[in-house]
Amino acid sequence: MSFEWMAWTMPTAIFFITIACLLIGMTIWQALAPSGEREGFLPIITTPGDRLFIGLLSSAYINLAWLGLTSLSLWFAFVIAVIWMIVLMRWG
Amino acid sequence: MNKWQDNKAWFLVIPVFLVVAASAIIPLMTVVNYSLQDIFGPNQRVFVGLEWYKEALTNPRLHAALNRQLLFSSLVLLIEIPLGILIALMMPKKGWGASLSLVLVALPLLIPWNVIGTIWTIFMRPDIGLLGAAINGMGLPFDHTSSSLAAWVTVMLMEVWHWTPLVVLLAYAGLQAIPEAYFQAARIDGASAWATFRYIQLPKLRGVLTIAVLLRFMDSFLIYAEPFVLTGGGPGNSTTFLSIYLVKLAVGQFDLGPAAAFSIIYFLIVLLFCWLFYQALLKVGTGDKS
Repeated sequence: MSFEWMAWTMPTAIFFITIACLLIGMTIWQALAPSGEREGFLPIITTPGDRLFIGLLSSAYINLAWLGLTSLSLWFAFVIAVIWMIVLMRWG
Repeated sequence: MNKWQDNKAWFLVIPVFLVVAASAIIPLMTVVNYSLQDIFGPNQRVFVGLEWYKEALTNPRLHAALNRQLLFSSLVLLIEIPLGILIALMMPKKGWGASLSLVLVALPLLIPWNVIGTIWTIFMRPDIGLLGAAINGMGLPFDHTSSSLAAWVTVMLMEVWHWTPLVVLLAYAGLQAIPEAYFQAARIDGASAWATFRYIQLPKLRGVLTIAVLLRFMDSFLIYAEPFVLTGGGPGNSTTFLSIYLVKLAVGQFDLGPAAAFSIIYFLIVLLFCWLFYQALLKVGTGDKS
């Protein structure tokens, strides 16, 4: 079975493997130690899965905004997105 | 041991996961792959990084199409949701009238999307169309092929005619599910019709309205076939919505890389709006002001 039609590249493979690892890691974590809903600094009650979704979506927007509004390296946006994800997962 | 047994049910989700993976996740991953490359042919491509994203984000045509799309979807929700609830409230609750009105209301939903476009193209023609000729006969110049305003009015009328029935059916089902005891209590308390609607029916409709708003927003935000058949995105670009622009880019110009980058941005916009709507609607009727 060939996956040539999917036009894989190394950066996209790393990207999707990272997302898959995050999802698998979260699943195992929640299966072993289920954590309930809570209210952090976000104005809504969230589960860890909700916060992961919000974090990934907002990270995509951080990167898009950086790309559209500045000509600086995207690595800065990546660092901001990672810090934002950690803050969101811990205190969100 | 118990915890593992409790989680065994998740294995039942695997078939659905496989179907979704094959029909949605794998194509989405392919689009992401395409969005980072310049595609010349089946085996000819060059990695260009985020070039297409940068181009899409600074493209004034895309911004214009996005603004048009947001305006269109906002108008759709503003018209279809209240109108759908109003019609559902007025429909007979039982007897043959209920069955007849349900069938009549559902008729537009049974018509294929491209046929809807054709019907309205003929219906609105200024020379032979029933409505188009009638409007022109009253001395009002109305031609959806040459006037942007007429094109927008026609597209909106078509959309409202086609999809308000879905909101009606959902709202009607929600209204029918409210136990009679609530209405008896309201009558005993001397509640007005408005108070009954505001404090009993509307909160009880929260679930179906959540679905109605989400479905109507997503559908209207992704609309393609009807306006494409009716106006082809014109006159000029006045009804070129996001999906029409995307198809022009991908199929018309065969710019698969830029089209893929645009698709991902489009997808993220839909995802964000749906999530925001979902969160907002979860709070409707719960008294939560946060």
